[in-house]
Amino acid sequence: MPGQLETNPALQKLQEFDREAIEDAQFFRGEVTLIIRQDRLRSVCGFLRDAPGLSFKYLSDLTAVDHYPNEPRFEVVYHLLSLGTNERLRLKVRLAGDAPRVDSVVSVWPGANAFEREVFDLFGIQFEGHPYLRRILLPEDWEGHPLRKDYPTEGYR
Amino acid sequence: MPVTLEKIPGQEEKVILSMGPQHPSTHGVLRLVLELEGETVRRAIYDIGYLHTGFEKSFEKLTYAQDITLTDRMDYLAPLSNNLGFCLAVEKLIDIEVPPRAQWIRVLLTELTRIQSHLVYLGSQAIDLGAMSVFLYCFREREDILRIFEMVSGQRMMTTYFRVGGLALEPPLGWLKRVEKFVRKFPAHIEEYEALLTKNPIWLRRTVGVGQLGADDAIALGVSGPPLRASGVKWDLRKSQPYSSYEKFQFDIAARSEGDVYARYLVRVAEMREALKIVRQAMEGLPEGSIRADAPHFVLPDREEMKTSIEALIYHFKIVSEGFRPPVGEVYQAIESPRGELGFYILSDGSPRPFRCHVRAPSFANLQALPRIIEGRLIADVVACIASLDPILGEVDR
Repeated sequence: MPGQLETNPALQKLQEFDREAIEDAQFFRGEVTLIIRQDRLRSVCGFLRDAPGLSFKYLSDLTAVDHYPNEPRFEVVYHLLSLGTNERLRLKVRLAGDAPRVDSVVSVWPGANAFEREVFDLFGIQFEGHPYLRRILLPEDWEGHPLRKDYPTEGYR
Repeated sequence: MPVTLEKIPGQEEKVILSMGPQHPSTHGVLRLVLELEGETVRRAIYDIGYLHTGFEKSFEKLTYAQDITLTDRMDYLAPLSNNLGFCLAVEKLIDIEVPPRAQWIRVLLTELTRIQSHLVYLGSQAIDLGAMSVFLYCFREREDILRIFEMVSGQRMMTTYFRVGGLALEPPLGWLKRVEKFVRKFPAHIEEYEALLTKNPIWLRRTVGVGQLGADDAIALGVSGPPLRASGVKWDLRKSQPYSSYEKFQFDIAARSEGDVYARYLVRVAEMREALKIVRQAMEGLPEGSIRADAPHFVLPDREEMKTSIEALIYHFKIVSEGFRPPVGEVYQAIESPRGELGFYILSDGSPRPFRCHVRAPSFANLQALPRIIEGRLIADVVACIASLDPILGEVDR
């Protein structure tokens, strides 16, 4: 439904701020998804947090999806919430399969700390600028990243 | 001459203490590493993962209907809230409307879950600070609620009672009487707990001003639920983004501004009273009608219908043997669980199993506030702070 997207205030303001940062926008079941260029992520997040009338000050959730064997293989998914306008927004960044890395958003939302560690632990995605990027759920000496699609659920690894 | 420890020149007087994972007041298997200077905590980090069971990987291997059984086992003190969050997310994905009767019963049971969960919080917060009898009283009333759950679902804790599109079964005859009996006697019990704690000088000295968290910090760290509301942020998803007909119920958001352990205690006690109000309204206005949505591709048919209708039999066979196929797409559905924002992110590729299902566990985010609120305080306050955040490690580690 492109009509719903055009009137979305977050998308409008973001287009004014940095038109090239948005690769794609989707609308499904009342939820807006913006796909952001990897190198613009941190500036876009900072803008969405501070822009008057948007104020996405609350990071609800941060996770990742593995699309193996398709490329770009990984998507890092951010769910933002604005307590002021009661709006939700989903951001996505697409990452290539070999040595996936993306800027950390801990400097924007300190609450991203544990979530990024979890994604690092279970998907093996590097977050640049994270203050303490270590495994969080699995033991330090664990081999592999279980939520990757090429990691089997049964049998030998 | 008294025995003293000689101070070693050039060495700082710091002790590294490993607390947990086997420690009665860490509520499961939370481990803390504390750097102590005397009795004061200078730095703290938490270590989790002792209960990691790979639920999110398992979600991808089971069908949507089977996945509901996994949700119970994450936050084992609020199984019905987890059932609800997952079912609502799948219902949003396949875009079906649940009949009012099922919505009302869902609200009633999740509010009982909230009371039950807060009772465990209250009991363990009290026992951590040395008040044994409150713990026993709380578990006494919790048992009544668990019996109600057992009545409707056959299980005290791992209920799996909510299904995609409605409920598993029509509740048995006489269960509302049981709920009514509980609702009638429970206010007196809240008075009883409050009489023991709210103005108790020992309780006040252990909780007032302990573990303070400001509103801005709480929002930045992603804290939700009672700890967020105790920090002065009046935010409750039941009001701001209502689901399952919550907009039709009258209740207030319990909030305080102090942000300490005492405020979190008061918020939860007030929430129990509000939950009771909602239960009463749900009981009085309980609509008649079906408990399952009319969507034969996704919802199991009625048992009786299967004996006479070949279509119903086919649908039953298809749904049970291979599962239903939702459309391609992704949804995020959040609910206000007893611990805060419980979110389910489901990405579907059109197959009978979720391509990816991520759980935004409220305890996982709330725990990030723990080092912030214990650093600079005495080690005796650490147990009060852990209990006040009420983390469930099954949900933290998933």
